[in-house]
Amino acid sequence: MAGVTDAQLKEMSQEERVKALGMTTEQLTGKSLYIEFDPDAEERFIYPWAPDVDFNKRTEIDTDEMSTTQVNTRISELMAEGFGTIVLKNPRGKHSIGVGILSKLNLIIEGSCGYFAVGLLDGPNVRINGRVGWSCGENMMSGTIMIEKNAGSTFGAALRGGDLVCRGSVGSRTGIDQKGGTIIVGGDTGALSGFMMQRGRIVVCGNAGKNLGDSMYDGTIFVGGDIQSLGVDAVEAELTDLDRAWLTRKLTQYDLMPGRGVDHFTKIVAGKQLWNYDNLEPNEKKLIL
Amino acid sequence: MAGTQYRGSEIKDVDQFLNDAEGLDSEREKEIGQHIGYRYDVNLVPDYERLTPFLKKYMETMGWDDLNWLEDIHMGYEEGNPAVFDRNINGWVRIPDTIELPDNQQDRDMIARELLIKFQMSDRHPLVALRKAYMKF
Repeated sequence: MAGVTDAQLKEMSQEERVKALGMTTEQLTGKSLYIEFDPDAEERFIYPWAPDVDFNKRTEIDTDEMSTTQVNTRISELMAEGFGTIVLKNPRGKHSIGVGILSKLNLIIEGSCGYFAVGLLDGPNVRINGRVGWSCGENMMSGTIMIEKNAGSTFGAALRGGDLVCRGSVGSRTGIDQKGGTIIVGGDTGALSGFMMQRGRIVVCGNAGKNLGDSMYDGTIFVGGDIQSLGVDAVEAELTDLDRAWLTRKLTQYDLMPGRGVDHFTKIVAGKQLWNYDNLEPNEKKLIL
Repeated sequence: MAGTQYRGSEIKDVDQFLNDAEGLDSEREKEIGQHIGYRYDVNLVPDYERLTPFLKKYMETMGWDDLNWLEDIHMGYEEGNPAVFDRNINGWVRIPDTIELPDNQQDRDMIARELLIKFQMSDRHPLVALRKAYMKF
């Protein structure tokens, strides 16, 4: 692998690159992956391939006449030039804007966005001074997203990590299939929020709609207002001191701390009565074999 | 309390799964030979009094006020060895024997976070080779 240069790789087909890097010689039977941390590893804070951007280097893009693809490509180009703060003007409800950014960046969107805004992020801090459509921040790995107004349904769908914050209210199925990270809603959230949630935290400062936390596998939901109804296997749990400290810090950080503190929040967790996968597995194996 | 007790085994001690490599407590777990559920408290929120200097620098570099995605990173166990789950490779990365483990989960989680960042950002991470093989030039 060390003997192949990037220039040589560039000339190869994908199949040739895979072979040249020795990736097809590995035996994939049994447990082949065994990796140990290097305690003397170098201190690095960004991915080896990530552009070295400077937050103080700022630029703007007027997206009015641009397609979504053009906007997203332009963001990549500017990051490669070292711009660490990028302002998008006139987004005019474009879908899939600012997706797939895999490095640190301050992205400011002045206006409202359509579906799947700023999804698949890994690192950036995003501020949207408007509204967003469905699935904002879906599949985010890390970073922060702050929405100043309201958001549509499936807000933070399959979120993996990072903080996704909406100052206003959000639609239904917030945090559906959430696998990590934190979703904070300043207002209310709709029905089936936290549906099939697996990990992470949802904080709703206002009210929650029907079937909150339905079929949740794990994770935690905090609600400051009323809960219309709990979903299947969602149960109330005791708010601990660590929870209170975490809620206070997180809500203060995003300027959403209620005047009366956090003691009134209700904590919802999984009852774990739906953990029946192990019971089904033997039957599934019989069917397959 | 959520996260410390499951339908399967119960986490009673920070070294439980190191002292008992199998870690299978319930009858059902013994029957199927597999652990049910996570082997650590996935709902444990970090204690920010225990941040390491490296993690503080990481937060500063990324422009974050807190640990962000690292709040979900904990030290778990694989086959009786301390390990951290790396979502980028969908596998466990083991803690070397040379690293002494603190006596509490919060400090262990901080070590896990630091090691995971150093690993993910290094050239020896499998994604580096994958990227070279499959990236669009």
